[in-house]
Amino acid sequence: MNRIDEVFAALKAEGRAALIPFVTTGDPSLDATVDIVLELERSGADMVELGVPYSDPLADGPVIQQASERALRGPVTLEGCVLVAERAREAGCRMPFILFSYFNPILQYGLERFFTLLHDKGISGLIIPDLPIEEDGEVREMAAEAGIHLIPLVAPTSKARVQRIAASAQGFVYCVSSLGVTGMRSEFHSGIEEFLQSVREAAPVPIAVGFGISSRDQVERMSRHADGVIVGSAIVRQVEEALPLLAEPSTYRDGIAQIGRFVASLRG
Amino acid sequence: MNQVPDENGRFGKFGGRYVPETLMNALFELEEAYKHYSKDPGFQEEVRYLLHKYSGRPTSLYYAERLTSHLGGAKILLKREDLNHTGAHKINNTIGQGVLAKRMGKKKIIAETGAGQHGVASATIAALLGLECKVFMGEEDTKRQQLNVFRMQLLGAEVVPVLSGTRTLKDACNETLRYWVSHVDDTYYILGSVTGPHPYPMMVRDFQRIIGDEAREQVLRDEGRLPDYVVAAVGGGSNAMGIFYPFVGDESVQLIGVEAAGRGVDTDEHAATMTLGRHGVFQGSLSYVLQDDSGQVLPAHSISAGLDYPGIGPEHSYLKDSGRAEYVPVTDAEALEALQLLSRTEGIIPALESAHAIAQVMKLAPTLPKDKTIVVSLSGRGDKDVEAIMGYLGGKPNESH
Repeated sequence: MNRIDEVFAALKAEGRAALIPFVTTGDPSLDATVDIVLELERSGADMVELGVPYSDPLADGPVIQQASERALRGPVTLEGCVLVAERAREAGCRMPFILFSYFNPILQYGLERFFTLLHDKGISGLIIPDLPIEEDGEVREMAAEAGIHLIPLVAPTSKARVQRIAASAQGFVYCVSSLGVTGMRSEFHSGIEEFLQSVREAAPVPIAVGFGISSRDQVERMSRHADGVIVGSAIVRQVEEALPLLAEPSTYRDGIAQIGRFVASLRG
Repeated sequence: MNQVPDENGRFGKFGGRYVPETLMNALFELEEAYKHYSKDPGFQEEVRYLLHKYSGRPTSLYYAERLTSHLGGAKILLKREDLNHTGAHKINNTIGQGVLAKRMGKKKIIAETGAGQHGVASATIAALLGLECKVFMGEEDTKRQQLNVFRMQLLGAEVVPVLSGTRTLKDACNETLRYWVSHVDDTYYILGSVTGPHPYPMMVRDFQRIIGDEAREQVLRDEGRLPDYVVAAVGGGSNAMGIFYPFVGDESVQLIGVEAAGRGVDTDEHAATMTLGRHGVFQGSLSYVLQDDSGQVLPAHSISAGLDYPGIGPEHSYLKDSGRAEYVPVTDAEALEALQLLSRTEGIIPALESAHAIAQVMKLAPTLPKDKTIVVSLSGRGDKDVEAIMGYLGGKPNESH
């Protein structure tokens, strides 16, 4: 059984929603990402999205764009990001790993090689924000063969597409909370509840909501309407704020702990 | 070979719609609206009227006699897109898309721009049609092209400096798409080249094919036969696609796209997407892309801001891989030399973009007998570049990045 399915099944029994943080892998270093991932789990995360930094992140707002730029100076490769999952697992991490990558780095790596890598290194799910269902045929097939959930996005503008996207979803359906790119915001799309309800009715799998969720209040509100809540830019911002601490060996652990405290505060 | 793209926006394997889900319905709506209006006589008439009365079409196909005699080979005919209103071919597309936006009931348009030509053409059509206009331009380019920034502002547009990434055209495109994702409900995106997700590569080609349709008719009328070569500069590739397309079925006509080699294809500073790029997905479509081994898109360089782009339209990739068109690199230095030659022999100062096409003609024409003809797309005039050229030639430090 895929770890993502296991976690949602267990949380359903507990009656709570999954907290799914996103991190930009390699910001500020791959080593630090391993430690951050371990800390996220200790602080109450149920699964984690490992973002692969990309030169042209179309779906992302300034916080994740800048984190990607910092990470790419590493430099960081797709394979390096996947290996973070393996290292975190070896260090005792039990959460499912979801890789979030734009399509071109995957295409250049080679699809067959890519899915073998994901399978071998213990990745459970995959999100490709610039690969709509019209373009995902080959990827979907290979993901299924490798036992990796290809997690689709639906947006408030998807309308009639919701049915089609949700019906073939695996793992969960990623519901985009509002029009726009990733980033913290105070308002969601009006009619968000109805939108989430319509996705839930169409989806044979759990639904999670993301984009713009940054506070405990928002997590609580969204938890009432979804099985999972994704927090991205707010966590990446915490990493950014911890950079000076992470840069010094003497304060490194404090930096990691500071990120953990923020995640714990989201869970309440 | 003319049956492209297919219903999925594919030119062979190239093209497609690689965008965030939020935009998908907007792209389908746009495609539907375009299909509907492109067959609507009222729409066609309004576009034709503006191209004729407002922009001054048809542009002439001019026999460059002194340039021909100087190079001593094939006969050179210039398709004078520089004579359009706003000084370049870009207006052909913004008239088409502007009228489409209006028919779709959109009140706001957005556009990306590199050198500022597409931004100016968008601001112009917005003013003409009474639409609100925002133009996204890399901060680096706003400094290089201050006059065009002011032109857009004079026309009533808001110029938004883009601070992300390389702060040039590539990132202006990203930022326009991001803004569109956030305002897709009421905003029309006038994309300026044959790039991006379907239906843009097809639609922009269709609005630009008037260059080739006119040129083909003019050359048949004036010369009594088809040309042997059609040469055009390619960045994203809209003027080249526009002039190539009507000739694609004429197998005797060789199509040559000229891309920017910057400081040379043996350096890291170039925009030679076809020569040195690989197949990849970038800004909405599968095409040739300048990228590193990991699939990260590389910054481009060219003396010409309009060619300073690491991607290219998917239909060009299709023409290249099918062998129908050939793509060759021309350096900054060669383009500057061509710009001066055309200025001195014909009294025409071309845009730096178009100077790349002229530079290829300087190499090609002398190798051909006098009974061969070359049609060249003179896509724009050089007024916008004069200050920068003064810097290059006079050694002033006002250099492109």
